[in-house]
Amino acid sequence: GGSLLCLSLSAARTHVSYEVKDNVAVVRINDPTSKVNTLSRHMQAEMVEVMNEIWGNAAVKSAVLISRKPGCFIAGADINMIQACKTAEEVTSLSQEGQKIFDQVEKSPIPIVAAINGSCLGGGLEFAIACQYRIATKSKKTILGTPEVMLGLLPGAGGTQRLPKMVGLPAAFDMMLTGKNIRPDKAKKMGLVHQLVDPLGPGLKSPEERTIEYLEEVAVDFAKGLAGRKVTVEKKKGLVQKIQDFVMGLPPVRKQIYKTVHSKVMKQSKGLYPAPLKIIECIQTGIEKGNAAGYLTESQNFGKLAMTSESRALIGLYHGQVTCKKNHFGKPERDVKKLAVLGAGLMGAGIAQVTIDKGVATILKDTTEEGLARGHQQVYKGLNDKTKKKSLTTFERDGIMSLLSGQLDYRDFENADMVIEAVFEDLSIKHKVVKEVEAVIPPHCIFATNTSALPIKDIAAASKRPEKVIGMHYFSPVDKMQLLEIITTNKTSKDTTASAVAVGLKQGKVIIVVGDGPGFYTTRCLAPMLAEAVRALQEGVGPKKLDSLTTGFGFPVGAATLADEVGIDVAAHVAEDLGKAFGTRFGGGNVEVLKMMVQKGFKGRKSGKGCYVYGAKSKEKKVNSGAEDILKSFKLTAPPAVSADEDIQYRLVSRFVNEAVLCLQEGILPDPVQGDIGAVFGLGFPPCLGGPFRFVDSHGADKLVQKMKRFEEAYGNQFTPCQLLLDHAKDSSKRFHK
Amino acid sequence: YYTTLTSLCDNSTFRWTIKHSFSKKTLAKPGVKNIVLVDGVRTPFLQSGTTYADLMPHDLARAALQGLLNRTGLPKDAVDYIVYGTVIQEVKTSNVAREAALGAGFSDKTPAHTVTMACISSNQAMTTAVGLIAAGQCDAVVAGGVEFMSDVPIRHSRKMRKTMLSLNKAKTLGARLSLLGSIRLAHLSPELPAVAEFSTAETMGHSADRLAAAFGVSRLEQDEFALRSHTLAKKAQDGGMLSDVISFKVPGRDIVSKDNGIRPATMEQLAKLKPAFIKPHGTVTAANSSFLTDGASAVLIMSEEKALAMGYKPKAYLRDFVYVSQDPKDQLLLGPTYATPKVLEKSGLTLNDIDVFEFHEAFAGQIMANLKAMESDWFAQTYMGRKTKVGAPPMEKFNTWGGSLSLGHPFAATGCRLVTTVAHRLQKEGGQYGLVAACAAGGQGHAMVIEAYPQ
Repeated sequence: GGSLLCLSLSAARTHVSYEVKDNVAVVRINDPTSKVNTLSRHMQAEMVEVMNEIWGNAAVKSAVLISRKPGCFIAGADINMIQACKTAEEVTSLSQEGQKIFDQVEKSPIPIVAAINGSCLGGGLEFAIACQYRIATKSKKTILGTPEVMLGLLPGAGGTQRLPKMVGLPAAFDMMLTGKNIRPDKAKKMGLVHQLVDPLGPGLKSPEERTIEYLEEVAVDFAKGLAGRKVTVEKKKGLVQKIQDFVMGLPPVRKQIYKTVHSKVMKQSKGLYPAPLKIIECIQTGIEKGNAAGYLTESQNFGKLAMTSESRALIGLYHGQVTCKKNHFGKPERDVKKLAVLGAGLMGAGIAQVTIDKGVATILKDTTEEGLARGHQQVYKGLNDKTKKKSLTTFERDGIMSLLSGQLDYRDFENADMVIEAVFEDLSIKHKVVKEVEAVIPPHCIFATNTSALPIKDIAAASKRPEKVIGMHYFSPVDKMQLLEIITTNKTSKDTTASAVAVGLKQGKVIIVVGDGPGFYTTRCLAPMLAEAVRALQEGVGPKKLDSLTTGFGFPVGAATLADEVGIDVAAHVAEDLGKAFGTRFGGGNVEVLKMMVQKGFKGRKSGKGCYVYGAKSKEKKVNSGAEDILKSFKLTAPPAVSADEDIQYRLVSRFVNEAVLCLQEGILPDPVQGDIGAVFGLGFPPCLGGPFRFVDSHGADKLVQKMKRFEEAYGNQFTPCQLLLDHAKDSSKRFHK
Repeated sequence: YYTTLTSLCDNSTFRWTIKHSFSKKTLAKPGVKNIVLVDGVRTPFLQSGTTYADLMPHDLARAALQGLLNRTGLPKDAVDYIVYGTVIQEVKTSNVAREAALGAGFSDKTPAHTVTMACISSNQAMTTAVGLIAAGQCDAVVAGGVEFMSDVPIRHSRKMRKTMLSLNKAKTLGARLSLLGSIRLAHLSPELPAVAEFSTAETMGHSADRLAAAFGVSRLEQDEFALRSHTLAKKAQDGGMLSDVISFKVPGRDIVSKDNGIRPATMEQLAKLKPAFIKPHGTVTAANSSFLTDGASAVLIMSEEKALAMGYKPKAYLRDFVYVSQDPKDQLLLGPTYATPKVLEKSGLTLNDIDVFEFHEAFAGQIMANLKAMESDWFAQTYMGRKTKVGAPPMEKFNTWGGSLSLGHPFAATGCRLVTTVAHRLQKEGGQYGLVAACAAGGQGHAMVIEAYPQ
């Protein structure tokens, strides 16, 4: 009778269901409207209903909480639910509701086992740690973590209070301040989960399905064990743990930890991100002033953070990233099964690495054996480093490497579905390559060019089939940088674009698709900023000062360091090319400064010297005195009206932002979302500002235009705001993001 | 149609079938030599660390080879070639086949080589022999296998080895001293061999436990199967069925003439054991796994003409065989499932035609998983590219004299035991076809069809 009753009641529920097996209530969650489970209002409501039924059923002695989705336990709270709130108070009350539910779970009269397979993040983890016992699968998809900080938020459903007690203060800080994912093995060691379950291979059902079933079987056994007191929750503490607990029990020690963590956060975030500081405050309050105060601080801080522009910016980036991880051009006619990369340099080898490690056979062609050997070694090292971090086994590494064919000739190009050239940035060389390659590839093969500034249509001019030519602009280092900028000409076919996007997505990239033109989008935004940086250097702002001004604004890498990383030669090349294309608007610093540096061999990090001297083992970077001498010989006088620290910051940023807005105005950029994603993921535009377009929205276009007018007076048309920016300045209701 | 049949009546095989009232055809193929198993023997299989503890692998192998010579009365120079299997190699006798043959008194003019293919090493030795005979290169080949787990090569760490090798090359005292000085305590920790996959670093027991879980094999099913194995082995031992076992006078010890790992227990006793690999919720225990074993086996394989010419009465024909391989991570121990339908198809047989099954029992869970896989249409369609399942062998024909779980499993010696047991069971039980199947590390597998020799 009992089970029938459950059935009839749960029929009305869509997200949470349960059945009672042998006095164990197995609660299964599955959001039918989404690929992942989130703690939406709907999910929460059904969960509360189900839990109350279970608690009211005397026959139920224990419970298991499990997801029916193969790759996801609970991925977190529903972000839209938070975004829909208008005030901090609304968000605070959301947090308090969550706290209340999990408090009930923690105080449950029967033991609850969280059976975790797939992502267990944010609110999902907070739910799990409120349960009495946790079992996780060792699946590659199983990750635990509190990523809220990356959205400018904090774990707002008891996480800041429970985690420190569970894993200790240092580990809790580490988890919540970095938001990093924790793999099952580590989670077990930390005491975040009690038991691990191995994922299963082929059996009488699909591995995914059977693994969940198996997890449930094991969890049910443990639930029975807990109910029968055959399994105990408390683990015997080792000596190290006892000592650590003792030390952490001393208030001065804790005080020192708070202080250290605080100063570390300030150093890394430059005070631009409020969430980490609020997280520290929540943890500290909970430990020093007790639960009630801790929970209150948590919910209030959560509400405050949700209303910050930083959180909105970061959430905007999150949504943008999701959008840019989809193919909006449809399914390509054929899959790229064999890719050829021309040029085994830093870029070429990087592209090859991210292609073979997704299982796509790749040819890496170079013209010299030395070049090929270097590129091959780069790929090998990239993969071998992963084996050291244990994210790859040596056999997986070897299997992946077997997909790479390093060669000096065009052998097997007749079977290539796509060729990406990454040869030297010189139009005549690119033309030669197009002709050579087109002579050997099959008719369906796509020719992609990895250039950072040359217009694609100019390269395509040498092609017999321009509809198959497309730009794929990768960022260095390719295996670390997430962005791929795809550039289409007016002749590029839709299928070619679809195929390039498909390849990029397979390589794990976040993709923006932009129109053709000198510097496309990203390089075009970066060039004026670098020109301004050179001007600042000429005006006597030292590289270190310049770096601290840019990082102080939120850029992860300072402008001088960035120039060294990109390569002074590349910067010179781009500055000259784009200077020719766009005229005085791209002026500012003197290109001759860069050229002279290249002449002296100061090409940046790769040559050991640029703005800084590299190679020495000391951590402190030394300014290259040779570069300083060059700057002195090109010295400019800084106009005092526009040379305060903040002015220099805004001179750099406003030129970047203005160019971005101009790209949107000219149609190079299809929308502000891709503009923001490109700037943040490709160029390191401050994530806390959310990208140039969100920055204009939050800073106010009018205020920005005012500043630019002031700079324009001093320097001329480099600071003339574009029409679209002026339109937004005039009408404050105009916004790039709704 | 009937006349066609009777016109074939002067065929000796047909007469034999009549005599045994079988209706099945012989598996002889036109243009393919008939190759026979003349006889097979093995040393008693002992738990490692017991009576054989002070021997070396070639000592055990020699005992098996001598036993074969005694059993068959084979003239020592009549053997064209010797192939022997081994898994964990004693580095001093890396070609253990040659070392054992020399000591066993074979002619020093008889070449010998060693093969290795994990638990199907002696199957590989036998099929290598079959290949040599089929190709017309040999007429009489001895095949076998040995495993000696009482002593295994334990090595210095790589860093220590490197230092020691450099020490050989160091010219001056100073160079030697500085090398010696570079030795750290950590360099002294040894490297132990493990029954683990090199490619995945997973131990076999762990993989077996996951496999059992994947097929939903319960602890109870595994314990029941293990108990069955021990019970049947005990019955076979007591009933004198294990006639392939030879007596072996161990130097400095007693004469050994019985396997010592057969221990029928009660279900209650088995249920008490804790899981050995996946703790605490796994199902594979020491009692439902095969144990570490010392032992050696040997068989005499000949072309039919040669055997008859030498006056032998062969025991069985060795017919079609296959090797298969799969994913060493998740399908490590599914060899029999993949190999069985393949070899049956090759022979034009169905599962129902087989009278005697001998499967290698690595783990009770592994056997039960294979039986479930063979019974599953879904598995056949999804993973084997077959339209339907092959079906599971009926238990009354399956490992009825015990198996690796109870008799023991000296890795490289088990294959010959399986084949000899099939031949003996066919003789005792009066069947015509037998099937051997086994899984092996590396995700490999093997199966062979054996046909009784007309008596």
